[in-house]
Amino acid sequence: MPQPDAGIIERAPQIVAALREVLPDDAVIWDPEETRAYECDALTAYRCPPLAVVLPRTTAEVAAAMRVCHRLRVPVVPRGAGTSLAGGALPTADCVIIATLRLRDVLEIDTENRFIRVQTGVTNLSVSGELEPHGFFYAPDPSSQLACTIAGNIAMNSGGAHCLKYGVTTNNLMGATVVLTDGEVVGLGGPEMGPMGLDMMGLLCGSEGQLGIVTEATLRILPRPEGARPVLIGFDGAEVAGECVARIIRSGVLPVAIEYMDDVCLRAVEAFARAGYPDCAAVLIVEVEGSVPEIEDQIARIREIASALNPVEFRESRNADEAMAIWKGRKSAFGAMGRLGDYICLDGTVPVSKLPYALKMIGELSRRHGLEVANVFHAGDGNMHPLILFNANKPGDLARAEAFGADILRLCVDVGGCLTGEHGVGVEKRDLMGKQYDPADLDIQMAVKDVFDPCWLLNPAKVFPLDASQPWREEAARR
Amino acid sequence: MTTDAPSRTGLSPASEAELGELIAERHATRQPLRITGGGTRVETGALSGDTLSTAAISGVVTYEPGEMTLIARAGTPLDEIQAMLAAEGQSLAFEPADMRGVLGGNGTSTIGGVVAANASGPRRMLVGACRDHLLGLRFVDGRGRVLKNGGRVMKNVTGLDLGKLLCGAHGTLGVLTEVALKTLPILPDRCTLGFHGVTVDEAAQIFARALATPYEVSGAAFRDGTAWLRVEGLGPQMGYRRDRLLALLQLREAEVLDAEVTLSLWRGLRDLDHFAGTATPLWRVLVKPSLAPSTVRALQALGGAVSVDWGGGLIWYCGPGPAQEVRQIARHATLVRRGGLAGPAFAPEAPAVTRLSLGLRRVFDPAGILNPGLMDQ
Ligand SMILES: Cc1cc2nc3c(=O)[nH]c(=O)nc-3n(C[C@H](O)[C@H](O)[C@H](O)COP(=O)(O)OP(=O)(O)OC[C@H]3O[C@@H](n4cnc5c(N)ncnc54)[C@H](O)[C@@H]3O)c2cc1C
Ligand SMILES: Cc1cc2nc3c(=O)[nH]c(=O)nc-3n(C[C@H](O)[C@H](O)[C@H](O)COP(=O)(O)OP(=O)(O)OC[C@H]3O[C@@H](n4cnc5c(N)ncnc54)[C@H](O)[C@@H]3O)c2cc1C
Repeated sequence: MPQPDAGIIERAPQIVAALREVLPDDAVIWDPEETRAYECDALTAYRCPPLAVVLPRTTAEVAAAMRVCHRLRVPVVPRGAGTSLAGGALPTADCVIIATLRLRDVLEIDTENRFIRVQTGVTNLSVSGELEPHGFFYAPDPSSQLACTIAGNIAMNSGGAHCLKYGVTTNNLMGATVVLTDGEVVGLGGPEMGPMGLDMMGLLCGSEGQLGIVTEATLRILPRPEGARPVLIGFDGAEVAGECVARIIRSGVLPVAIEYMDDVCLRAVEAFARAGYPDCAAVLIVEVEGSVPEIEDQIARIREIASALNPVEFRESRNADEAMAIWKGRKSAFGAMGRLGDYICLDGTVPVSKLPYALKMIGELSRRHGLEVANVFHAGDGNMHPLILFNANKPGDLARAEAFGADILRLCVDVGGCLTGEHGVGVEKRDLMGKQYDPADLDIQMAVKDVFDPCWLLNPAKVFPLDASQPWREEAARR
Repeated sequence: MTTDAPSRTGLSPASEAELGELIAERHATRQPLRITGGGTRVETGALSGDTLSTAAISGVVTYEPGEMTLIARAGTPLDEIQAMLAAEGQSLAFEPADMRGVLGGNGTSTIGGVVAANASGPRRMLVGACRDHLLGLRFVDGRGRVLKNGGRVMKNVTGLDLGKLLCGAHGTLGVLTEVALKTLPILPDRCTLGFHGVTVDEAAQIFARALATPYEVSGAAFRDGTAWLRVEGLGPQMGYRRDRLLALLQLREAEVLDAEVTLSLWRGLRDLDHFAGTATPLWRVLVKPSLAPSTVRALQALGGAVSVDWGGGLIWYCGPGPAQEVRQIARHATLVRRGGLAGPAFAPEAPAVTRLSLGLRRVFDPAGILNPGLMDQ
């Protein structure tokens, strides 16, 4: 991160006083004991306590805080639950965190028009919880859904296990209330199936807190399916597993999820959760939805496709317990990997047809860097999550793991994919952006940020490579 | 490739690079351009400038059915793409319309024009709009810079999503040269349930009930006293869904149309055949579905005819109502066919949003040469 602005840090007391003037007392924190809780997100290798933390309860309070920060030219890091894996919510010593965690009201549930309107501090899981009695659900379901907030989901355009069928956040976001950097509050989109005019809500989604602070959201909701059932398919090679994914997709069956686990992951999971998975090179978990006859028909089609590829095992679930057993290993994968040591979790995407090649190359890179890697990911859309294992107590190991990770992400771009499928750029992938985008491609993105945030106060040192954003930030500092 | 007969000086660059040079030149001399794909749209005679056609920047770059991805140059005819996908049992699920009939055009729709207009048909309600199927794009901005955003994969959150901005910007932010789109398998079975002799209120009730089920109703339209529901599926799915819906709505008598009739019925509803062949102004109105009945009645009171799509979310109004009155009834109204009406085609935005829109236009097109005035309010 760039050097924090000493002038701002010096003015901390005045800044805090100005915030206290417009906000309730308990909404402004600057005691170092308390601000430490906000020193990092889920990318824990990087930490820095902020100058202060603001915890507003309403859009008006967010706007008031933003106005103060704008007037005093203090950088702002918006924050939800802090589960970002990319350092998106990482503070700097000269920033004020504006957290939307306390904006937790459900404002409207409208099943006739199929939307829910919430304040963005609600957690992802609680949205679906609210909808359950109505027979509806909210589709994007990141594995962090118990903790992460709708604000963070919108900022990162988060995905989930079911996005193969239902899409990611941007496909399920209908409207948003946004506080702009000067404190003005605007509404974008709404319950209509827009957009009208330029699709600014589409731009906002996935903008990683670069454009404004989102305080309310209108989300598309769907009727709950009648049922869902997974099957497990084991293969003795990555290549053939990849082929199976492509054939399923081509066949017209559209599963809600196709998850992939490789041998390293399978062994770890077996040791940890005893899920009873086969000992083979690759396992696919394919989940389909519908009524019983619909599910049975789809599974029959998948069985036919898989059989032609000589699977080691094709395991169906006949009841809820068996279904749970199939998911058990996948759901405990990250915990199981944690048992093996420290790991970093990557998030590149490759075209589905390049999955076997990418897996082979990751294996070669693993040998070259001398670090083990496990692969567990959303295969249907090519969103890979290689987990690189390292030892945080061993000097230099984190740096080696990061170098290995960067090589994998470059590989993703080289085969036609991208640096991040759902976790975002943040600080983690910031300096790799030049691999995917030419300078002019980045320049226009920064120019767009500049329209929304002419003073470059929101997450100023993230997403864009520092050398590329430097002229913009310098120019902004003069405004 | 053939180019359309241009109404003014017709420019038809043969490559992205040539297009870049041409626009850079126009940027320097501040000479406006009217961008056209197949030119099937509403007349934009009021726009100044020479005509820039993308027809020569054409051809499918890659199509991978196993990853449901298509990459095509902007000038590729939509028909060509649809035929190619159909041969693999796939389609553009957002169902872009062929608006030649209503807009009185005789060109060939291009994929670039579809993306530039975010053109989305009846299935939008279930699967999302064109913008939801756009994976990435290449374009030339108003300075002549060749730029790209997004990519070809389904999950991608790398940087700002400019594709969303350009999709539906009607060429005012840049000239698209290449688009990557998600394709989806065509469900092999389909039928339509028709409920005749219903009012718009009854239609809205039918839609609300049907769309609250998990049966993935892929079309819900109303016109001339009939509410139509389209049901699709794989294998036994379609029959199951149809029977469940019929049971749910059993208080009303329903006609069941077979697969073939379903295809032509929804093609007609999609392309607005019922409003083709006239020059009466045609409005596209977006509402919260539950507001459809009252909005329809208010529009009908102005004279003219109305049809409803997207389960009530989209109302087409074809009638002589004055622009001001139409907009009073429906805030989100776009004038798709002018029929002699003057004034802006797009709905007014909140002042803060207008400020941002103008700021964005300045960034993408500092000299204001790309379809100037087209999206102004
Ligand atoms: C165990 C684990 C599993 C995960 N699984 C998934 C997964 O399956 N899929 C997936 O996509 N992600 C996953 N993530 C990543 C993470 O949970 C998501 O990115 C999530 O959306 C972040 O939400 P949050 O509320 O924690 O946001 P934060 O981490 O607090 O913030 C994330 C970003 O959003 C910005 N932001 C926060 N609030 C606002 C606001 N109100 N307005 C504007 N910007 C704001 C921040 O500045 C930051 O850049 C996982 C993370 C963990 C730790
Ligand atoms: C206001 C309006 C709303 C519409 N809404 C819908 C709708 O909801 N559903 C629907 O199916 N159809 C809609 N249409 C019609 C839609 O324009 C056509 O269905 C289709 O996009 C025409 O393709 P084309 O190649 O003939 O494009 P054209 O008619 O040539 O152009 C369409 C628009 O896109 C621009 N454009 C064309 N090519 C490019 C390019 N390569 N780069 C940048 N800009 C380009 C043009 O300047 C023009 O503004 C609408 C049209 C208008 C004018």
